[in-house]
Amino acid sequence: MSVLVWVEQTKSGPVASSWEVLGKGRQLADALGTQLVAAVIGGETAKTAEEATKYGADEVLTLTDGALADYRLSAYAAALTQAVGAAGATVVLAAGTTRGREVTAMVAAQLGAGLAPDAIDLKVDGGKLVAVRSVYSNNILADIVYSSAVQVASVRPRSFPMPEAGAAKGAVKAVAPNLGAVAEQIVEVRSTDTGEVSLTDASKIVSGGRGVAQDPAKGFALITELAGVLGAAVGASRAAVDAGYIPYKYQVGQTGKTVKPDLYIAAGISGAIQHLAGMGGSKVIVAINKDAEAPIFEKASYGIVGDLYEVVPALTTEFKKRIG
Amino acid sequence: MKVVVLIKQTPDTAELPKVSADDVRAGKVKATMVINPWDEYAAEEAIQLGDRFDFDSVAISMGSPEAVEALKHALAMGVGAAALVDNTALTGGDLFTTADALAAAIAAQGAVDLVLCGKQSVDDNGGAVYAGVAVKLGWPLVTGVTKIVDVANGRITVERLVEGGQEVLSVPLPAVVSVGKEINDPRYPSFMGIRKASKANIPATAAASLGVASGAGRTSWTNVRKPEERKSKVVMIDGASAQEKAAKLADALIAEKVI
Repeated sequence: MSVLVWVEQTKSGPVASSWEVLGKGRQLADALGTQLVAAVIGGETAKTAEEATKYGADEVLTLTDGALADYRLSAYAAALTQAVGAAGATVVLAAGTTRGREVTAMVAAQLGAGLAPDAIDLKVDGGKLVAVRSVYSNNILADIVYSSAVQVASVRPRSFPMPEAGAAKGAVKAVAPNLGAVAEQIVEVRSTDTGEVSLTDASKIVSGGRGVAQDPAKGFALITELAGVLGAAVGASRAAVDAGYIPYKYQVGQTGKTVKPDLYIAAGISGAIQHLAGMGGSKVIVAINKDAEAPIFEKASYGIVGDLYEVVPALTTEFKKRIG
Repeated sequence: MKVVVLIKQTPDTAELPKVSADDVRAGKVKATMVINPWDEYAAEEAIQLGDRFDFDSVAISMGSPEAVEALKHALAMGVGAAALVDNTALTGGDLFTTADALAAAIAAQGAVDLVLCGKQSVDDNGGAVYAGVAVKLGWPLVTGVTKIVDVANGRITVERLVEGGQEVLSVPLPAVVSVGKEINDPRYPSFMGIRKASKANIPATAAASLGVASGAGRTSWTNVRKPEERKSKVVMIDGASAQEKAAKLADALIAEKVI
């Protein structure tokens, strides 16, 4: 028995939300009285594996192969399935990134295991894993209980705090990957990594909506400037995306991304329920809107009635003064 | 060539906040039911593949007999045919039970080259049924596809988006592909389409006759509940100018320790 966490890495290094899951994995392993094992998969694994030993893993399995240098689902699912066997894992976890969600789904399907996708909390009850899911687009919560021996879950980013790095303890052990034929042929991988903070990992988000209609380019330029000063990610409402002001990947809400920052600043967003479903879990919500009756104010912690073209740059100036 | 598009009937997104925990527990949600918004992109892409590569398209849904309305939406958009897997008598299943039933329904269609599906449903939010379908059929899976570049020589070439990158890859057919919102703009059903769909004969097959048994779920839902209401009361920041309001807000946020 063990708790196995896949520590996902990209070309720029380990994915931060993987450490959140590993930190939670430590608590679950302690509650179950089992080992915590991390799995690192890739063309190169040494650096991420070494880091994993500092976040509480009793053992780190590395599956290293040139065929794993570029991510391919079937190869990564095969490698993680192999790691599950090597670790004798009964709990298998990964961060709920695009890759984490599909790899865990494949592994669960292949092993005949139960799956809780995009869980927001994990606990142990009677020696079994219980995963909390937020369903109906964040309008219903349910506990997922497993009847299968192996229990798999992907975990929504920012569900758990980032653990503190400690002294390295776990041993690193190489497992030779046995990938078989890989169906996917990579034609091209383009990095879209512009160094901007990803929405789902962001602790602060500044979002724009229909309120920028008057001059969308300027509106989002002002929002991006404020986000830059705060170290925040830029987001948008569906109205802004549908109007073509900003690409879909920035969309927050029911048919966009669910986010859970400490601070969410909504500028010119009226607060349609589809938007609120995606950001209602934010710790502090600031609403800036010309319309004092906008529904966003009902969800907000702080509200400013005003023109975003004036308020947003004023905020940029004020934050610059305070935090440099 | 033949493409199957998987469709789910889900509550209208505007009515999701009103869905009660009791109704979810009972499996009877009282809401206006529509085609899952994500699935419209898959249906649109299936229709476009018909134009581009001469695919025949079939929409398949698992659900109650009322779910034919979602299939009719797909037909009205222009999907060629539809079939329902009736799950009325099926209890105690999970997402893999659904996947097994859909895989069997796909296999029953004869030679299928491609399965298209939406990213996830707006009610279960799982985005995992298609992985179960792919594994059950033994076909490769590509998720989050934003463009189908080509179908040629027994392979499909697609673009997809992941965090921090865009990938172009090809997999052999048959394959399962989930699509993202970037892939197209789903059309509205035309008047003629709606008329045609209303007369369509949609065969229904009971899940049990596809070899899927009740009580086979590996997971189940318990303690279904509404999330806690957000309790914060809004503090309105007033001031003579935008600068004054901004200054007060900046101080408040720093005091909250979120900056």
